[in-house]
Amino acid sequence: MKLNPTIILKAPISQREKMRKMNRTLSERIHIDFFLFFALLSLTALGLFVLYSASNGNSLLVFRQIARLGIAYFIMIIIAQIPPTKMRLWIPWIYLIGVLLLTAVLIIGDVGKGAQRWLDLGFIRFQPSEIMKLAIPMFVAWYLADRELPPSFIDLLVCAFIIAVPVLMTAKQPDLGTALMLAGTGAWVLFLAGMRWRLILLLLLAAAAAMPALWFMMHGYQRQRVLTFLNPESDPLGAGYHIIQSKIAIGSGGVFGKGWLNGTQSHLNFLPEHATDFIFAVLGEELGLVGGLVLLAIVTIIMLRGLYMSTQAQDTFTRLVSGSLILTFFLSIFINIGMVTGLLPVVGVPLPLFSYGGTSMVTLMASFGVLMSIHTHRRLVAK
Amino acid sequence: MNLTDKRRISLRYKLLLMVLFLLFIILTGRMIQLTLFDHTFLEKQGNARALRVVSLPAYRGMITDRNGEPLAVSVPVKSIWINPKNFSINSQHVKELLTLLNENKKTLKHEIDKHNQKEFLYLKRNLSPDIANKILALKIKGVHAVDGYQRYYPQANIIAPVIGFTNIDDQGQEGMELLYNQWLNGTPGKELVVKDLYGHVVAIKGDVRSAKPGKNITLSIDSRSQYQAYRQLKKAVELRQAKSASMVVLDVKTGEVLVMANYPSYNPNSHDKKSTANYRNRAVTDVFEPGSTIKTFAVINALDSGKYQPNSIINTSPGWMYLDGKRVHDEINNGKIDITTILQRSSNMGVTKLTLSLPPDSLWQLLRKMGFGQRTDSAFPGESDGELPYLNPWPKITLATMSFGYGLSVTTLQLAGAYATIANNGIKLPITLLKNPQSQSHSGKQLIQPRVAHEILDMLQSVVTKNGTGRLAKIPGYKVSGKTGTVRIVGSHGYEKNHHNAIFVGMVPESNPRFVAAIIVRDPTKGSYYGGSVAAPIFSTVMAKILRDYNIAPDNINISNG
Repeated sequence: MKLNPTIILKAPISQREKMRKMNRTLSERIHIDFFLFFALLSLTALGLFVLYSASNGNSLLVFRQIARLGIAYFIMIIIAQIPPTKMRLWIPWIYLIGVLLLTAVLIIGDVGKGAQRWLDLGFIRFQPSEIMKLAIPMFVAWYLADRELPPSFIDLLVCAFIIAVPVLMTAKQPDLGTALMLAGTGAWVLFLAGMRWRLILLLLLAAAAAMPALWFMMHGYQRQRVLTFLNPESDPLGAGYHIIQSKIAIGSGGVFGKGWLNGTQSHLNFLPEHATDFIFAVLGEELGLVGGLVLLAIVTIIMLRGLYMSTQAQDTFTRLVSGSLILTFFLSIFINIGMVTGLLPVVGVPLPLFSYGGTSMVTLMASFGVLMSIHTHRRLVAK
Repeated sequence: MNLTDKRRISLRYKLLLMVLFLLFIILTGRMIQLTLFDHTFLEKQGNARALRVVSLPAYRGMITDRNGEPLAVSVPVKSIWINPKNFSINSQHVKELLTLLNENKKTLKHEIDKHNQKEFLYLKRNLSPDIANKILALKIKGVHAVDGYQRYYPQANIIAPVIGFTNIDDQGQEGMELLYNQWLNGTPGKELVVKDLYGHVVAIKGDVRSAKPGKNITLSIDSRSQYQAYRQLKKAVELRQAKSASMVVLDVKTGEVLVMANYPSYNPNSHDKKSTANYRNRAVTDVFEPGSTIKTFAVINALDSGKYQPNSIINTSPGWMYLDGKRVHDEINNGKIDITTILQRSSNMGVTKLTLSLPPDSLWQLLRKMGFGQRTDSAFPGESDGELPYLNPWPKITLATMSFGYGLSVTTLQLAGAYATIANNGIKLPITLLKNPQSQSHSGKQLIQPRVAHEILDMLQSVVTKNGTGRLAKIPGYKVSGKTGTVRIVGSHGYEKNHHNAIFVGMVPESNPRFVAAIIVRDPTKGSYYGGSVAAPIFSTVMAKILRDYNIAPDNINISNG
């Protein structure tokens, strides 16, 4: 039985909740946004398809990725069941735990590829900085939720502190790419909260001014990456190797690609990291421009849906959270593809749902879970 | 939240959408730039990384004898090489690799350390494909194989100095392998392959140019006869404890070399560095003073002049004379003898008197025409000219010594060639080591009057009779004409007393000579050292076999000792 919202509004308050529950759609009942869900599924399927080729037909590796995806989807569905009101209560604690874990990484973390990023819990190894991808925007949104918007200068300082602590700790690992991503997630919230343009401009100018200082704080390899980005051909066998090989992969693929499993750059091992950070180059080489555009199209659909969901949010907290999460998703896609196509420096950001690997995928699906929860737990009444 | 705030927020979202849209455009634009505009360049770059043109080895032509018997053949082999930058001595299966290569770890490690900056190092070249495939099956990182061919010489030592050999890169280094290298060598093909980052060939795209196999050559050599000659030379060298021996057999009618044998020889299949001295084909590289074998030409010179007949009498008494203060002498005083007897008894006095009675440079002219002092037409690499000095004026003693074969030097092949001209009715044919399907008699030059050539043959037959110096060269059923030579070897202090070369040159059958053979046994030190006793028996044995092989009709059925 479907009831007209106005009827519900006219009903006595005690009965309203009951009537609303009766009135829920299937999506609202199981807290899954089908639109988003199927878009994600198709992206995942395309990702597995490419990963199979990128791993040289290694079925075991693909099965492991499927298992991870299963877990990630499961977590997404679980999180989608949690009402935003409850999330709001847990957020400060999650943030606090995240900071503690980051501290733990700096003290006892595993060294992988020259940086301390991993925490080994015995049964699972994960990067606590991934948790912060969710915790930072949600905690900033939590802080701003009941305050007057646009945020006052004091509020902004507090937010800056909330963001800066985990960002700096991550940068110390050192993991510059993730640190920048984390800063970005926090910044989106402030932007969506209506931070004044004057301040935004001021901050950008300050950032530009801080560049030289940042340059001197960078590690040698980080500086090298920037230099290589500016001129990859300067060191074709060393630091510029990745970019050159991936540009060749994508460019030689042409419009329709060399065909699935037929890429030479990846299959003959010329393209490094072809199953992880550089998997987009495999897609480009084998499925061509068409494949790349299909990927971008699915991403656009997901993003537009996410933004729409954000605009439909009914309070400041949920609006800020959903908006910043979907923007973070887009940003990581943009940075990865930009990096692989040689538009941005190589910063080690994986391609969400494509790259082989665990933690980032789980975080991403969890953030979609949050989005779905927010959207499907909406009240039908306007404030 | 008031209305203006709401408007501001919605403005933010609109702005955000525009920025995001812009970023999408940037990504799409970048992809279009790479896949459309830079496509050709980047595709070329990609191919430059993965596609490699590799050389396909060409099959080297076969060398066979006149009957198609293989003398040099190419067999497919594989060479194992490693990329020291990719290879680790501690990888799995290295132990099996070492066993298959028959190497120890220490040497290998040393080699690799020495070449650790290189990307190519042969581990073992020219392995049998069987072993190489076993090594490849171990799938050790950085271990590769390259195809090739290796020469195999079925007749080994027997003909090695003539055939020569190729180096490890299949290029001719000596002998016929060197002379006909271009002809035997094919053109290597080119093949397009796909290689991965580590240099492994993962796919073959096809031939750019298929390998053109080299052409075969057929030598004039008859390996049956060659084998016989080699065996007899070996026997003689061992029996007489000689330094070496050479033998050349020519087909009189065609100028083809049927036999060119040398002992000691070497095994071209093992490339023993110690035997370098034996690499040379002594029959054409080593010169010697021909001694009495030249007397034949002194007599030809006399008969050709028209002043003498075979039965002209020459007085050789008292068996010695002085010319320019130097003594010329015979072993014994032969008295008045005819020219046939001069040859039969090999009288120095006789040929000296004949030569001195003729124009001074006529003998030199004849010898020059016969091919002495210049290379033959065989074009064999490293062939010697020999020496035939021309003097003006000619001192009498020089003319005299030249007439009995001193003061000039020849090769075994030259000597055989000169006698072949006599045997061929005085017509000189170019000497060749290649099989000629047709007789090339038309291209010959008449150098001696046929009448004189016949007379000489007849006279030389007397050498191979009961009383002649060459009686041991006799072949039952055939008349043999020949001349022996026993020449003192020039040492560091002039002629050595106890070192000689034993020489025999013969033609058979006398009535219509088909074969000429020249034999030299250098420095026999045990037992006899005379040409008639050391070299002549070799002629008899070898030529008897050849005459049988070629079904030559006997011309001396009633054995009467001629």
